[in-house]
Amino acid sequence: MGLNKLLKKACSEHTIITDHSLKIGAFTLIFEALAPELTCYFMSLTTQDIERIANLARLELPPEEGQRMLAQINDFFGIVQAMRAVDTTGIEPLAHPVATLQGLALRLREDLASEPNQREANQRSAPAVERGLFLVPKVIE
Amino acid sequence: MTALHDLSVAQLAQDLRAKKMSAVEVAEHFLARCQADTLGSFLSMDPQVTLDQARLAQAQLAQGTAGPLAGVPMAHKDIFVTADFPTTAGSKMLAGYRSPFDATVVQKLGVSSGGAGMVNLGKLNCDEFAMGSSNENSAYHPVQNPWDSTRVPGGSSGGSAAAVAARLLPAATGTDTGGSIRQPASFCGITGIKPTYGRASRYGMVAYASSLDQAGPMARTAQDCALLLSAMCGPDLERDSTSLDVPAEDFSRELTGSLDGLRIGMPQEFFAQGLAPGVRAAVNAALKEYEKLGARLVPISLPRTELSIPVYYIIAPAEASSNLSRFDGVKFGHRAKDYTDLVSMYKKTRAQGFGEEVKRRIMTGAYVLSHGYYDAYYLQAQKIRRMIADDFQQAFKVCDVIAGPVAPTVAWKLGEKTDDPVANYLADIFTLPASLAGLPGMSLPAGLGEAGMPVGLQLIGNYFKEAQLLNAAHRLQQATDFHLAQPGGQ
Amino acid sequence: MTSLLVQGYEVVIGFETHAQLSTQSKIFSRAPTAFGAEPNTQACAVDLALPGTLPVMNKGAVERAIEFGLAVGAHVAEQSIFARKNYFYPDLPKGYQISQFEIPVVQGGGVSFFLGNEKKTVRLVRAHLEEDAGKSLHEDFIGQSGIDLNRAGTPLLEIVTEPDMRSSQEAVAYAKELHKIVTWIGICDGNMQEGSFRCDANVSVRKPGAPLGTRREIKNLNSFKFMQQAMDYEVRWQIEQIEDGHKIQQATVLFDPDTGETRAMRSKEDAADYRYFPDPDLPPLVIGRDWVARVQAQMTELPRVMAARFVADYGLPEYDASTLTQSKAMAAYFEAAAKACGQAKWVSNWVMGEVSRRLNAGNLELDALPVSSAQLAAMISRIADGSISNNAAKQVFDALWNGEASGEGAVDQIIQAKGLKQMNDTSALEAIIDQVLADNAENVAQFRAGKEKAFNALVGQAMKASKGLANPAQVNEMLKKKLG
Repeated sequence: MGLNKLLKKACSEHTIITDHSLKIGAFTLIFEALAPELTCYFMSLTTQDIERIANLARLELPPEEGQRMLAQINDFFGIVQAMRAVDTTGIEPLAHPVATLQGLALRLREDLASEPNQREANQRSAPAVERGLFLVPKVIE
Repeated sequence: MTALHDLSVAQLAQDLRAKKMSAVEVAEHFLARCQADTLGSFLSMDPQVTLDQARLAQAQLAQGTAGPLAGVPMAHKDIFVTADFPTTAGSKMLAGYRSPFDATVVQKLGVSSGGAGMVNLGKLNCDEFAMGSSNENSAYHPVQNPWDSTRVPGGSSGGSAAAVAARLLPAATGTDTGGSIRQPASFCGITGIKPTYGRASRYGMVAYASSLDQAGPMARTAQDCALLLSAMCGPDLERDSTSLDVPAEDFSRELTGSLDGLRIGMPQEFFAQGLAPGVRAAVNAALKEYEKLGARLVPISLPRTELSIPVYYIIAPAEASSNLSRFDGVKFGHRAKDYTDLVSMYKKTRAQGFGEEVKRRIMTGAYVLSHGYYDAYYLQAQKIRRMIADDFQQAFKVCDVIAGPVAPTVAWKLGEKTDDPVANYLADIFTLPASLAGLPGMSLPAGLGEAGMPVGLQLIGNYFKEAQLLNAAHRLQQATDFHLAQPGGQ
Repeated sequence: MTSLLVQGYEVVIGFETHAQLSTQSKIFSRAPTAFGAEPNTQACAVDLALPGTLPVMNKGAVERAIEFGLAVGAHVAEQSIFARKNYFYPDLPKGYQISQFEIPVVQGGGVSFFLGNEKKTVRLVRAHLEEDAGKSLHEDFIGQSGIDLNRAGTPLLEIVTEPDMRSSQEAVAYAKELHKIVTWIGICDGNMQEGSFRCDANVSVRKPGAPLGTRREIKNLNSFKFMQQAMDYEVRWQIEQIEDGHKIQQATVLFDPDTGETRAMRSKEDAADYRYFPDPDLPPLVIGRDWVARVQAQMTELPRVMAARFVADYGLPEYDASTLTQSKAMAAYFEAAAKACGQAKWVSNWVMGEVSRRLNAGNLELDALPVSSAQLAAMISRIADGSISNNAAKQVFDALWNGEASGEGAVDQIIQAKGLKQMNDTSALEAIIDQVLADNAENVAQFRAGKEKAFNALVGQAMKASKGLANPAQVNEMLKKKLG
């Protein structure tokens, strides 16, 4: 079976191929030479990615939920591929929509301390407060 | 004798000023209707607070110190923080949260000093943290479309749209990040407008995607929207660094202007396959009406329309993943009960407090910002975003406003798309481009489509051209009666 | 140059310093920044990251960044970007810190100082604006920590060096010079106990000529003494590890002053993936050249510039000029005295010597000095005009310090009261010398026989006979003449 066909078969059966499994010398070269639409499959997320991101985002994901999310997010990244292929050489990112209009510059305010102490109102919805301090499980350094 | 709930904002304001009825009477009338709501539009109400506001508006009217919309009832999407009502953003994470301050938009519309004088009837249901297109992502309960209780009202401002369509309120606020005012307005047969990015202050709006979020009004007519928008917009230089230093405007000043020679661009990408026949027919019919009014239809192209989907769904979740990090159980909001240490407290709190769609977007967002992926995804998306904005500028060289459908279909059935998040994303194709470019956009009723459900016509204007959009919408509403259609058997 | 190698290894150090800027309000909110308030009474809605809050930039913080950039000869960027650094920690309310990543406000620059007699320059990579986090308090709570967000949002300038330093001494000297600069120009109060000036030291070792070793970062060094100890320990520890065959793992470490050791902090997995992206709530910071010019024009004379002026105008050696400009107060004291008496070098010697010694011993600030610059100048004038000898001057200074006389005429009063006036009467001196020569014939003979030491003995005798009031130079001259 040709390499192309093999890969397409693997992908259609939802076998997830990761960067890690491809770091095998000559194989890497071959994959790099393949048609662009195939390289997209190698950008799919893995279970390890989900674990890593969930940790970064401080979300506890039970395995079943993690798997479901993996499938759904990979589904989404399927539609992202066309975006990745667009040639954006020389284009500046548009961080602030109206930057196209005016030279948008950060406004500066005078250095004045005008906020009064509103601790009580501000802590009204706090889960745990003692002597004005927010309580959390012990922070270990 | 027209029932109070059939009066427009303009008419109510006028009648209140003329003392035909009192603000308290009006508030009581609408409170009764809202409390009898079966659609699930509201997340919180507090009649005492509402009546206090009505009494205050009443006093202002008597003293001649009242704002232009004094005593007119409305309600806020539960994304705007209010000191007098809890704010949940449709999430369990903020169940019972009481903000110590009001959002700027709330102040500007309300009865406090300098505000327009509107009376707040409570907080309206929405998709959790404004993420969704059907209001089914609300952590509390979904909202039913008043036209068909088995269908969605659209989202994320589903509660606002349903309440206005069902005449529980003459007007409501919504927020639009990727279409969350325009699409529910379309699905519920009402009028809504998202202004140019930066026109309305974001201070006090629970942040979803900072470079896209905008507040806007939803009502039954363009004129009513113009009245609210005028009150809502204006520089908030002291509190919002992205608020534009552009003077507040009276957006109703051009309402009755002629449409003669108005060039209406029709993007070919908005009329391609995938558009439901009923939607296509309604939109085309509305455009025919515009031709009768003297406008000229111009074919244009917005070539990167389809790309706006991945671009938006990279940028918005990326910003959201960061904006939602503050929900950590430390200073406010939900905190899990059993945890073993700090990290477990964070993880359980956030897992419990956030719904699935929110978690999905946080995960996607964190991924595209993470080490090694930033250039390929986030940066690439922001670059294409500029190209999309440039495409619009090209188009505006040959037309004055751009028109097309708001969504490819009419409102779908509740539960129909809940298992397929990507299908939901794809349905945003027509509203996303204007969001990414920061352009003003509105939706107005254009008749009925499949299953007798409302179809909205989308109008997109160039930066700061809200008055022109509202004028175009108003003229159509004068010449047709699409916007007068009511859901039957309410 | 003596080798700096430690057990054959070259030490490589880079510093990151967080200087709290002396603004009234926070960098992105209008809450006050004063130290020591009750917990969470200076944390407003923005600082607490309440839903719907947004940042608004403090002009005073930007101005101080510009002043710093000018003080170190750096480039002040025309446009710089604020970025979010995302991580979770209880003292970080938003779950991200607003900082600057790719494009900081200050770029390049350098800090020069003396290490012993050698002039060093440490290059700066950058300095950027960011917000400080809150504080965690552990003592009073069992199994829990109390979070105080008063400090959250205080403006910081993070100053980053190239890894140019080659010893812990050099690093401490750099830190002291940087401290001087930020306090001199008034952008930071420099109070290290209160956390206004915090240093992180990146330390690595390598064999000379080898590529850079893996570095470990010692965080939150807020005393110069501990800085030195911490780095020395870390260097020895790293060398020991390497010699034992272990590889150095990149880590963040804390210094424990009680044990004198550094130890790695609990590892924060993925701590390095901060997912930086430009903050969409803050448009780019634009600093026009005219603003920079205005700041430049209003800036106080910088220590380097003043030191160069001292060299040029007063003919002082670089070392003296650098030492005298260690603080504005000292430089002002020196200059006032130098101008009053016209003896810059002597003033410099006295200030760097006796004055500094007494200040350090008594742990005093210069404004608590009992001897005014005018009094010092007067005293030195009296040395210059021959009224008193150097030895006598020491007594005069002591008396001034102890407040035995005050006001403008204090110096003369003391000279009078203690009878310290140098003898300048040549005939009286001649008489004394003749007497000494007569009384010390043996010494005279020995001197004539070639013994130099005998001469000194004669000088000593003459000084004694004059009760120390003879001018030693005159005594010398006269003796030589008489002895032929």
